Amino acid sequence: MSTVDERPHEVALAASGTKPPLTQRPGLLSQHLGTALVGAIIGYAIGHWLGNTISSHYAYIVNSGQNAIADTLGLMFGVAGWLLGIGALNYPLAKLVGRQPNSEVEIQGWSKYFRYSTNHKTVGLQYVVGVLLFMFTGGLLAMAIRTELLSPTTHVFSPDTYIKIVSEHGTVMMMMATSIVVGPLGNYLVPLMIGSRRMAFPRIEAFSFWVFVAGYMVIFSALPFGGFPTGWTGYAPLQTQSGPGMVSYLFGFAVIGLGMMAAGFNIAVTIINYRAPGMTWSRVPIFVWSILATAALLTLATPTLFAAGVFGLLDRTVQTAFYVTEHGGSSYLWENLFWFFGHPEVYIMALPGFGIAGEILPVFTRKPLFAYKVGAAGMIGVSLLSFFVWQHHLFQSGINPDMRPLFMLTTELISIPTGFIYLVGMGTMYKAKIRFDLPMLFVMALYFNFLIGGVTGVFLSDVPVNVTVHGGFFVLAHFHYTIMGGLLFAFMAGLYYWLPKMTGRMMNRRIGLWHFWTMFIFFNLTFFPMFIIGLLGQPRRVFTYAKNLQGLNDFSSISAFVLGFSFLIFFFNLVWSLYINPVKAPANPWDSLGLEWQTATPVPAHNFDRIPVVLADPYHYSEVNAPAVADLGPASPPDEPSLSGAPA
Amino acid sequence: MNETHHLRRMTIAWVIVSVVADVLFWFFVGPHVPPGRMTDMATSNQFDFNILFVIALPVLIGVWIYLGYTIVVWSAKRGGPEPVGGEAARTNRTAQVAWITITSVVVLFLAGFGTVELVVNHGSGGGEGPNPVWSPAGATKAEAAALAGTGTWSPHSGQVLPVQVIAQQWKFTYRYPTFGGFETTQLVLPTNTTIVFNVTSLDVTHSFWAYQLGVKADANPLINDVAYTATTQQGQFVVRCSELCGIWHGAMYNYGRVVSQQAFATWAQQTEATNAANTQLLPAFAWTYTPDANGAAGGYYPDGKVTPYSSAEVYGAKQPAS
Ligand code: HEM
Ligand SMILES: [Cu+2]
Ligand SMILES: [Cu+2]
Repeated sequence: MSTVDERPHEVALAASGTKPPLTQRPGLLSQHLGTALVGAIIGYAIGHWLGNTISSHYAYIVNSGQNAIADTLGLMFGVAGWLLGIGALNYPLAKLVGRQPNSEVEIQGWSKYFRYSTNHKTVGLQYVVGVLLFMFTGGLLAMAIRTELLSPTTHVFSPDTYIKIVSEHGTVMMMMATSIVVGPLGNYLVPLMIGSRRMAFPRIEAFSFWVFVAGYMVIFSALPFGGFPTGWTGYAPLQTQSGPGMVSYLFGFAVIGLGMMAAGFNIAVTIINYRAPGMTWSRVPIFVWSILATAALLTLATPTLFAAGVFGLLDRTVQTAFYVTEHGGSSYLWENLFWFFGHPEVYIMALPGFGIAGEILPVFTRKPLFAYKVGAAGMIGVSLLSFFVWQHHLFQSGINPDMRPLFMLTTELISIPTGFIYLVGMGTMYKAKIRFDLPMLFVMALYFNFLIGGVTGVFLSDVPVNVTVHGGFFVLAHFHYTIMGGLLFAFMAGLYYWLPKMTGRMMNRRIGLWHFWTMFIFFNLTFFPMFIIGLLGQPRRVFTYAKNLQGLNDFSSISAFVLGFSFLIFFFNLVWSLYINPVKAPANPWDSLGLEWQTATPVPAHNFDRIPVVLADPYHYSEVNAPAVADLGPASPPDEPSLSGAPA
Repeated sequence: MNETHHLRRMTIAWVIVSVVADVLFWFFVGPHVPPGRMTDMATSNQFDFNILFVIALPVLIGVWIYLGYTIVVWSAKRGGPEPVGGEAARTNRTAQVAWITITSVVVLFLAGFGTVELVVNHGSGGGEGPNPVWSPAGATKAEAAALAGTGTWSPHSGQVLPVQVIAQQWKFTYRYPTFGGFETTQLVLPTNTTIVFNVTSLDVTHSFWAYQLGVKADANPLINDVAYTATTQQGQFVVRCSELCGIWHGAMYNYGRVVSQQAFATWAQQTEATNAANTQLLPAFAWTYTPDANGAAGGYYPDGKVTPYSSAEVYGAKQPAS
């Protein structure tokens, strides 16, 4: 089916009772992960050969023994081959040569997860696996870091290996965190929540996922290239100085950036244009608001990262000097570009978590969401303000020092809208009747953790205090409390909450409780000591430290190992609940009023038989004579719960 | 139970716990909070931290008490009446206005307080770039004299002492322009003296962190990052690099000493004399030095006429012919 006039077409089809063909069996010569890998390898070989052919005789390349041109072209062609191989370019290429592109229909069976799927639910699940894989590899690197830090004098790794592990860990995790909620839950849930059958740009959506995977492979290609020593922040001139692994870092961020822009753009357009009739802005679920704010940040902030990465690649390949101070460039330029993206980026890693919390709270407190409008306005406020604070990462850099009061002010101001999440949460919990099921437990943990993260953020933004804590473990603890303690706990809440809808299986509660308590306790035991370690003078990214800090570091390391183990419990729970001992999930196990829960489980291919007409926001819990959330039309399957009013 | 009842209970608990926690913190923990009190900057940075902490504690305690109360009292397990939905549960104007007002007032106060501290304390020991606007008395003159090679420092004169910090992979060295510009790996400072650190780098970005002095300033090639402190106690302090600068970043640290003014003068004069031959081989004292054309360590050139108080010249530093 063509994408252009699909919506009226679908509506018409559905109304007339016939359905468009949705699925087909895969053909023999179809494209999938395998062909993509082959494409990537061939592309890499061609690119590398080409780079060598055109540039290997240049004196600076001969002298340095490094050919960044070949490495860059190799990776670029590799990514292009990957996209060709998966089929991402079939449609645009056919259009380009004036042919009618083949219609894209969903493949049947599990193999669709390894293909270029334009179904938002398939993409959502692909993202779940993608981000978990990302997280798992990043987590292994974290274990390596904590192993090295067990002792200041006995070393497991060489300083060289160690710094490369740290850098790879940070970069992988930051890249993962940009998409951890927007990718899986944003793609899967946004259309369901706003009463749409699809995303605005399904091909762009598929593209965003497969580019995300490409980015994952590019950033890991740094390891065979010898790694990079700059941390995830990649500061020049160290960046300029270091070896070929840096190409993977710069290009990796550019590639991930493409995926982020694509995802953000697609999701923002979907939310703005594909809301069902009656889904007014004051009825949009708070999760959708958070994703909209995030999508705006993804679309507007990421181009800066992309440009910064490309400038770095140009410096390395064609000897420009964007970041080379001696040649008229500036190392400050990188710092500014990086953080101009980097600060909005930290809210990309916070807002979706707030949205999840806001979505889950009413369901488990059986109360309407408190101060919904303030919450939504806060998210928009945060995303706007986040473009005006980036210099707080550079207070001691000597850049623009007279403007420090301004950036101190903006940074502290941003904690006002950030704090709204507490107003919303505490108001909703007030005089409630709370069911402490797994999703709610993770949300409570988020409130506990993020409080510490947010409050220490205010310490960091006070310039005199920043003098002592900048560049040290205090900062490290701060952002792990916000990102891991906030976003990751929210993601877990979201998974326990929505996986029953996405997979049709309930997650095991008992294993889930083990997961929750080990993760919550050992997260705090791992990262809380880092505040003290930082105050006592330990800089970040060091392989050795003062002898008197060994006790605290060991405590943190051992807790980190248990924290790592808690993720194994989670993976075990996944395998157990989905495959070994599956328990079928009812369509609406949590008695939620959310539109996404009013569909059948598994969600029908077109989400809704008829585009629903939204009648109210989804938070009318415990309300006498509550309005129905939506009119889903006459064709509700028999096992659907009643839609009207509050559940008992 | 009526509304005021819940809130009253929580408020009483909150006030008591907060006051106790704040008092305990202020008197028992506060004086030991890093970076200590070895310099005026360290003392004021510690003071700032403590003020923030005393404000933050009640915030933390308030939310914790609320969450704890929620878990205990409003859990579905305990039964209790059905919650109330509807308009009343959605918005409570007073609560919202109060929340926004209180957080705004706290935040604006903190921003104001931080600004005053920053300005009054001459940049609070942080890197102020090449053209600091909040310099202590006498600093600008001392800097100009240092660059001109006419600077002096003698005990009990109350003079400001400029010291240059040169970072490179992976060590710090220090130049004393008022003592003939000798360069050494030891950082020795006189007590009760205002110090101007001029921090620069020969290669990548480092950060000069003199922990107990309350000083931190990034070291960038071709940039003079100025930071002030005034020593008040004698003793040893740690210098660590706090910006990732490559493989041996973790090993980039050493120790400095604050000694009596007389001891310092003696040390400086002796070092000037013993290093005299070496000092002659060094490039003339300048705020920044550029690596040679091959980037090799050791052979660097002073970049001529750059003064620390003109950003145009610093950023547009002329390259000497090599
Ligand atoms: C109340 C809100 C917050 C405030 C006031 C705040 C403030 C700050 C400040 C001033 C810094 C710079 C510290 C330094 O390097 O000297 C910082 C670093 C950082 N913050 Fe926050 N922050 C807040 C919330 C968050 C959130 C929500 C996240 C992410 C989810 C986050 C992630 C980070 C990261 C990743 C860094 C360090 C990056 C690095 O140096 O590698 N922060 N924060
Ligand atoms: Cu930031
Ligand atoms: Cu360093």
